[in-house]
Amino acid sequence: MNIQDYKGVFVFAQQVDNVLSGIALELVGKGKDLAKDLNTEVTAVLVGSDVKGLADELAEYGADKVIVVDDPELKEYRTEPYAHALSSVIDEFKPEIFLVGATAIGRDLGPRVSARIHTGLTADCTQLDIGDFPINPVPGKEQLHNQLLMTRPAFGGNTIATIACPDFRPQMATVRPGVMQKAPKEAGKKAVVVEFNPGFTPNDKYVEILEVVKAVSDVADIMDAKILVSGGRGVGSPENFKILEDLAEVLGGTVSCSRAVVDAGWKPKDLQVGQTGKTVRPNVYFAIGISGAIQHVAGMEEADVIIAINKDETAPIFEVADYGIVGDLNKIVPALTEKLKAELAAK
Amino acid sequence: MKIVVCVKQVPDTKGGVKFNPDGTLDRGAMLTIMNPDDKAGLEAALRLKDQYGAEVTVVTMGLPKAEEVLREAMAMGADKGILVTDRVLGGADTWATSQTLAGAIRNLEYDLIITGRQAIDGDTAQVGPQISEHLGIPVISYAQKIQIEGDSVIVERQYDDRYHVLKAKMPCLITALAELNEPRYMTPGGIFDAYNAEITVWGRANLVDVDDSNLGLKGSPTQIAKASDKVRKGAGEKVTLDPTESVDYIVDKLKAKHVI
Repeated sequence: MNIQDYKGVFVFAQQVDNVLSGIALELVGKGKDLAKDLNTEVTAVLVGSDVKGLADELAEYGADKVIVVDDPELKEYRTEPYAHALSSVIDEFKPEIFLVGATAIGRDLGPRVSARIHTGLTADCTQLDIGDFPINPVPGKEQLHNQLLMTRPAFGGNTIATIACPDFRPQMATVRPGVMQKAPKEAGKKAVVVEFNPGFTPNDKYVEILEVVKAVSDVADIMDAKILVSGGRGVGSPENFKILEDLAEVLGGTVSCSRAVVDAGWKPKDLQVGQTGKTVRPNVYFAIGISGAIQHVAGMEEADVIIAINKDETAPIFEVADYGIVGDLNKIVPALTEKLKAELAAK
Repeated sequence: MKIVVCVKQVPDTKGGVKFNPDGTLDRGAMLTIMNPDDKAGLEAALRLKDQYGAEVTVVTMGLPKAEEVLREAMAMGADKGILVTDRVLGGADTWATSQTLAGAIRNLEYDLIITGRQAIDGDTAQVGPQISEHLGIPVISYAQKIQIEGDSVIVERQYDDRYHVLKAKMPCLITALAELNEPRYMTPGGIFDAYNAEITVWGRANLVDVDDSNLGLKGSPTQIAKASDKVRKGAGEKVTLDPTESVDYIVDKLKAKHVI
């Protein structure tokens, strides 16, 4: 491998049902920053069936170039044809950085691709920088410049590690959704579109999709919410979430929850915040009856303002809350809703 | 049917985390458990054994003390335990780990390989899919239900907003979610038998079709630049007030932050 041959920042532009996932635009945004530091371009790789029309949206959010791999075999996500698509793109175009979303798709696709092309893959990154490796000079070891430094939490958020991939290309990372910011939209901006099809011949590694079962969900995506009213086991019962829903409604917010609530069957998994749920960064996060296990905190600590209500004054949630109230949520939450109604009506 | 289950002995994250001077984990210094997703994978294999009849072989890579999880697996009902341990395998990232496990599994016959989705120490979810790539077999990640039909396996595969029912020809690799099932307990007889059972120990020399350049710290493409305890923003204010005062307090803060 001649590392000098590898140029440019590539991102996997995940789409589902021919709609770009939020992570696709987040990666384009981050890729643009990294490309600027490296004085190169950001290229989005769009894989699917009949997806070429999505190239303009990627361009408006900052992609300089869009590589489109379009084939009927790629209609629904399946590991093998998608892995073949990405590894063929890497072989052909030789990017120095390749970013994939740490979604249920990307965390399957990323490892398969990195194993196929023999490079390192850093999982679930929350920060990406261009810098030196080793970070500080070490006698007798060459310090390499312009390396991708990939930072990620491990041990359920107890530790944080920064990883480099100095000897292999591309430097690959999966990136947590909701952490990177998409760039401001530039309406009408165009990208260079390149169509590329390496050919798809089904083999034993192709699995057959017998059925696609979509979860019936009309709830708003908690990752897009500006205000989240989040409940834990302390809420007491599924019925009692009504008081959280009322509070959310007054503030124009959305209800989310902790893992305990999902495990108890009170709320669906797509409302779960935390390490095994979603990472959120709303303007205001109400943690109501949530003890604040480290796995939960990992998913919400980037919120601008955290307000915790818990009757247990030793609950760890108070260690991350900006404003912590020790008290009975059953009394405080309904009264807060009424007071806010009055305040907002007076305006 | 022959099933290989990969399990990992992981530090119990409740016990605190310790590092070696080079930034890698000091695994010897921490309390350990069988990784929860792997345990669900083992349980899935044992249920297939109960239902269809199968030989279940459990493989782990780790320090010699990782033998403990193999005995636990056998006490739950696994038939064989293989420990892959060697100094030259230490410090491996997911690439080198998956190369090692694939090299060990090439010695075995298998229709199905089951791994956990991810380990609670690394949280990468990479090793299962990477093993399948090295062995050239299909992978189905995030399995929430597993059935056998003839020479195929039918799996419900979870995504964010949907699941796919997938059919793959065996041999195939599946990664299991902890939500897949409730693992059984060890039986007293099982514990007794497992204590006396023979554990197969393999080293570097037993790995098939793996180059030295793909093993251990030296064979790992990713390198640690820096590792540390996470620095968190400090706690803010904490107040104990009666409900009315609490409400006024929150409303004041929301006004100060221009939320309302």
